[in-house]
Amino acid sequence: MPVIFIDNISYNVKAGKNLLEASLALGLDLPYFCWHPALGSVGACRQCAVKVFKDENDPQGRLVMSCMEEVKEGLRFSINDKTATAFREQVIEWLMTNHPHDCPVCDEGGSCHLQDMTVMTGHDYRRYRFKKRTYRNQYLGPLVHHEMNRCIQCYRCVRYYRDYAGGKDLDVFAAHNHVYFGRESDGVLESPFSGNLAEVCPTGVFTDKTLKEHYTRKWDLTMAPSVCQHCSVGCNTIAGERYGSLRCIQNRYNSEVNGYFLCDRGRYGYEFVNSENRVTKPLLRNRPIEAVSEQELNNHLQVTLSTGSLIGIGSPRASMESNFALRQLVGVDNFYQGISEDEAYLLRKIIGVLSSGTVHSASLKEIEQADAVLILGEDIWNTAPRMALSVLQTVRKMAAADATLQLKLPQWNDAAIKEFVQQEKGFLCNITLLNSPLDEVAASTLRMAPDDMARLGFAIVNQMDASQPAVDNPDDNLLYHAKSIAAVLQEAKRPVIISGVSVCNEGVINAAYNLAAFLTSSGKSAGLCYVVPECNSMGLAMMQAPSFDKAVRRIEETTDTTVILIENDLYRSIPSEEVEYFFKRCKNLIVLDSLFHRTTEKAQALIPVASFAEGDGTIVNYEGRAQRFYQVFMPSNPLIKETWRWLKELSLLRLQKSNGHNLHPDQLLAELETALPQFSGINQTAPAHNFSIHGERIPREPHRYSGRTAMLANQHVSEPKPLQDDDSPLSFTMEGYKGIPPSSAVPFFWAPGWNSVQAVTRYQEEPGGSLKGGDPGIKLFDLNGKQPTYFKEPPEAFHTRQEKWLLLPHYHVLGSGELSSYTRALQELSPAPYAILSANDAKRLALAGGANIRLSVAGKNYTLPVQLKKELPDGILLVTAGLLGADSMNWNSWIKVEKV
Amino acid sequence: MERPLTQHIDLRRPAFTLKEYEQAGGYAALKKAVKELTPKEVQQVVQDSNLKGRGGAGFNTGLKWSFVPMGDEARHPKYLIANADEMEPGTFKDRLLLEGNPHQLIEGMIIAAYAIQADISYIFLRWAYKKAAHLIRKALAEAYEAGYLGENILGSGWGLQMHLHTGVGRYMCGEETALLNALEGKRATPRSKPPFPQVSGLFGKPTVVNNVETFCCIPHIVSNGAEWFKGLSKSEDGGTKIYGVSGKVKRPGAWELPMGITMRELLEEHAGGMANGYQLRGVLPGGASTDFLTTEHMDIKLDFKSVAAAGSRLGTGTMIVMDDATCPVGFVHNLQHFFAQESCGWCTPCREGLPWVEKILLSIEKGEGREEDLDILSLHTKMLGPGNTYCALATGAMEPLQSALKYFREDFERHIHEKSCPWNGHEHR
Repeated sequence: MPVIFIDNISYNVKAGKNLLEASLALGLDLPYFCWHPALGSVGACRQCAVKVFKDENDPQGRLVMSCMEEVKEGLRFSINDKTATAFREQVIEWLMTNHPHDCPVCDEGGSCHLQDMTVMTGHDYRRYRFKKRTYRNQYLGPLVHHEMNRCIQCYRCVRYYRDYAGGKDLDVFAAHNHVYFGRESDGVLESPFSGNLAEVCPTGVFTDKTLKEHYTRKWDLTMAPSVCQHCSVGCNTIAGERYGSLRCIQNRYNSEVNGYFLCDRGRYGYEFVNSENRVTKPLLRNRPIEAVSEQELNNHLQVTLSTGSLIGIGSPRASMESNFALRQLVGVDNFYQGISEDEAYLLRKIIGVLSSGTVHSASLKEIEQADAVLILGEDIWNTAPRMALSVLQTVRKMAAADATLQLKLPQWNDAAIKEFVQQEKGFLCNITLLNSPLDEVAASTLRMAPDDMARLGFAIVNQMDASQPAVDNPDDNLLYHAKSIAAVLQEAKRPVIISGVSVCNEGVINAAYNLAAFLTSSGKSAGLCYVVPECNSMGLAMMQAPSFDKAVRRIEETTDTTVILIENDLYRSIPSEEVEYFFKRCKNLIVLDSLFHRTTEKAQALIPVASFAEGDGTIVNYEGRAQRFYQVFMPSNPLIKETWRWLKELSLLRLQKSNGHNLHPDQLLAELETALPQFSGINQTAPAHNFSIHGERIPREPHRYSGRTAMLANQHVSEPKPLQDDDSPLSFTMEGYKGIPPSSAVPFFWAPGWNSVQAVTRYQEEPGGSLKGGDPGIKLFDLNGKQPTYFKEPPEAFHTRQEKWLLLPHYHVLGSGELSSYTRALQELSPAPYAILSANDAKRLALAGGANIRLSVAGKNYTLPVQLKKELPDGILLVTAGLLGADSMNWNSWIKVEKV
Repeated sequence: MERPLTQHIDLRRPAFTLKEYEQAGGYAALKKAVKELTPKEVQQVVQDSNLKGRGGAGFNTGLKWSFVPMGDEARHPKYLIANADEMEPGTFKDRLLLEGNPHQLIEGMIIAAYAIQADISYIFLRWAYKKAAHLIRKALAEAYEAGYLGENILGSGWGLQMHLHTGVGRYMCGEETALLNALEGKRATPRSKPPFPQVSGLFGKPTVVNNVETFCCIPHIVSNGAEWFKGLSKSEDGGTKIYGVSGKVKRPGAWELPMGITMRELLEEHAGGMANGYQLRGVLPGGASTDFLTTEHMDIKLDFKSVAAAGSRLGTGTMIVMDDATCPVGFVHNLQHFFAQESCGWCTPCREGLPWVEKILLSIEKGEGREEDLDILSLHTKMLGPGNTYCALATGAMEPLQSALKYFREDFERHIHEKSCPWNGHEHR
């Protein structure tokens, strides 16, 4: 560790860092704009100037940009030097010559990096007396608002959007002081990672358009640490509320998972919480007035729950606490996963291999550090978008590693590395059904049917070790690819295999495991990732309950069964024929959910429950990482309670007890650990409900939270007592512990002088490093050096069938995803349902693109417009899946297609 | 007096064809270099000749080449680029060489490319030099035809491709790293160094960029040796220099003269002195981005070191003369308008500072200036100083301003006090 001197004080710093990073890691204040820990240094804004001295006898020194200078043993520099501070103030004055003084009406105000930096440099008096330049703003779609006059030309937006996220439609135009950042013409931003612009932009050029519709200053938000509910990656988020409505989702840094960025589904998928589609009152059907009081509901349930048998249907989007509370209520033998047997089967396999201790399940950070990535089957751009963004970084970093080695360039020197790297990319092999934006960075792209993907996977392992199972009748093409991919994987030190369930193929799951297990057993730090459908699919599957199909068989045998179903629209995952049959067979259907949907329609009793923003819970992501999300706000409607809380109350009703003790998520999790040892450790995910620091709780509200005494004055003039949160160490106030809380319980990032999201640096060990105290989340799977048991039987090659097509789901990053599809902004970007056939198959059916086809699935007819894709293997029919109101189909079955 | 660079230039007749050029001794240096010298030896002779880059920075050319990785380990393709984007206001020396004798440039480039074992070379030409473009295209075709370009040049086993690339008219492209970005099809913003282009240049590969005049010196150095080249000069910088004069002098023009002649010689003997009725007030000795020199500097030697010692830069060696009928404020405003326009918009000081300077100068010129404006102008000359900006554009822009504030301060003050331009109504630039 080099020793450096900053303003004549010596510090130990990490080698390889630049002076800016070193200063920030030490907690020193040094302003900057164009540098970003995820984007590196380019030295453009000149804001982070410091003075470097040759030695202690050099009185002169020279001004350098701290982001462009590497730390060296004995290096001396000054932040406080007069010339340096004057220059930094001057840079702000220059930026301010054109920056509008519109902070009071700017969405960024109060969380603006430019404001913070302006204050930090001390610039306060305007000498520029000429007119400011103005720009025309653009319409960039429903997610991102554009206000170019505020631009300070730091170039972060294009560096993020183009270089980091691979987007093409945002660029920098014109020159000198008319530089313009936007699209060539108005239009919706194409990248599904566009929302990050709002956080990357240091001022109010790019802002969250959905927040604008119900705007609140950051300091007025009640915030809590949350976890994204919209796919299995489990990105950490900060959710903010005011006046009982959820206002925005921001990134919550976690170096192991999402780092600095979210996808747009995650950022903008929150508005279902405020939707008119929320269940707000208990409903009992077939009464003159269906909305009932809690007492009436309880009276009804007491009867229902105490007669006949009881089964529970869990949910992959409900928390561990809720699923486990249901299991406790109905009993182990009566608890079922609310997913199809086909899906449950694949998930059982995945849980089996990940918990075998023979492979390591890789985090996004580990994916980014990989030196070879093989994607087998999963369309991660659409099913786990944040993971796709990580894979973009993997290939970039692999190529950059070469540059840092050859030119001895530090990793942060982004501009120089880019010049050296040019079009070079690391190794990504993308094996999917359809072309993907990831193909652009892939060394090898292969389009094949799922069975053939599996065969290729087996063949690669066979190439690396001939004693491994070989595939029958391999063609030259398969062998060629197997050989070339095997050659790269054998060279790799940190290969990662990514697969998942969206191609509905067991062989693919097996092959991905064999690959990862073999690479691991050959001494590599290999990683394996299986993308699964929902935010808690992994956690639910780990409970090892039977699938929904088993519940159907069970209910066939009885006539007096009451079903309790939580947070699950079965129509989305089970063909409607089967769902209808099931509902017909059950005597009573009690549904607990936050939104109305087709399944809630069928409920005899419907109980309103908290969304993720109104309750606490723990979910398990694709890698087996358990993470806690916290209640952001207490709903004013007391009937909206967490599913687990309702279920606990139901069990009291059932036992005819009225006085249960107050329940906390930690107690439930402790019981879960006891009942199911595979979850051991899950209770360490977050501090206990009674955790405090020096007797202080962690405030959800910033200390500048305004209007507390006034905001409810229309109802009552006295200031109400702050709401009590007995379930977590967080409080619903602005008072409390002001230091850095445990990393899993950080409700917002703020530090003195740092009001914007950039304050996160103060919570990290170093910029871009782990959060202080370690990144949140407990991994439930661990590598333990056991010998792998390989899957032996590669599938037969895929053959097309006469008149029939293999039906598979096709997901959309913005559109698929149950909860997010209820949000207006994303609905606008969601496609209408359609089908995809290969160009050859379309010819066989004499179909042109845009023509309609009819298919009959599970007794229901569907007419869909068809798109033709040249790359899709013949014999496969893709149908959009997961869109709002879309039915589940018999995925992975062979169906007939008719021309309309 | 020897004038190696312009000896075959006669603008009254067409430029030499390849055959004519060869008859006059052209391409002999290339043959000598390729057949008799190793690449390292070529580098050495150029380094020994003390040829300093004629683009304005004045760095030893041979030394610059020596940073290019050589040998089997070196990454290829390597690139060699002629910076013919002559956009410096008041500068027209490269144009003379380009239009007068394009083969001399091409031969110099081929030798230079041989010295660094480049594979591909580009001539990055100012868009407005249409005639030069035409001549270069023709000359390149001839050179390919004669086997001086292409595969296996003169049986050496070494080959070179050469292409003409015409710019779109941005001053910024004259900065060598911005030129590289432009050539790659990217925005013409500069790159930070290190890494230097010799290591990671065009498309991330080893690259050398030199000025047209620099390349034109190469064949003569190779033919006649380092000592001969040094002997041409009246100063420690080797060779001759194409000096130019524009402004209200009797004979504006460009002349090849020994490096290190005095300003007096240049102005009085070659440019014929000031035109009738005009007095000299100041000169920008090396283009618009150099500090003013005044009558007190008439006897300084025009070489890199001496001009620097006088507080300015030799730059391109083409001087702009400011006469007494021209308002210095208007003169400097005109320059700052150019620089503000040509800022690429990459770094804050240049992008935001130059327009501010320009607006203040215009306001002073219009009689709307304020006392404190002069402080803000001086502040900018310091704040846009070397190291503070990303590249040298704004720093160069401040040179005429800072020296104008020094030498012509009373003129600035008169504008402010009289609330009008004292030259108003008189002849005006």
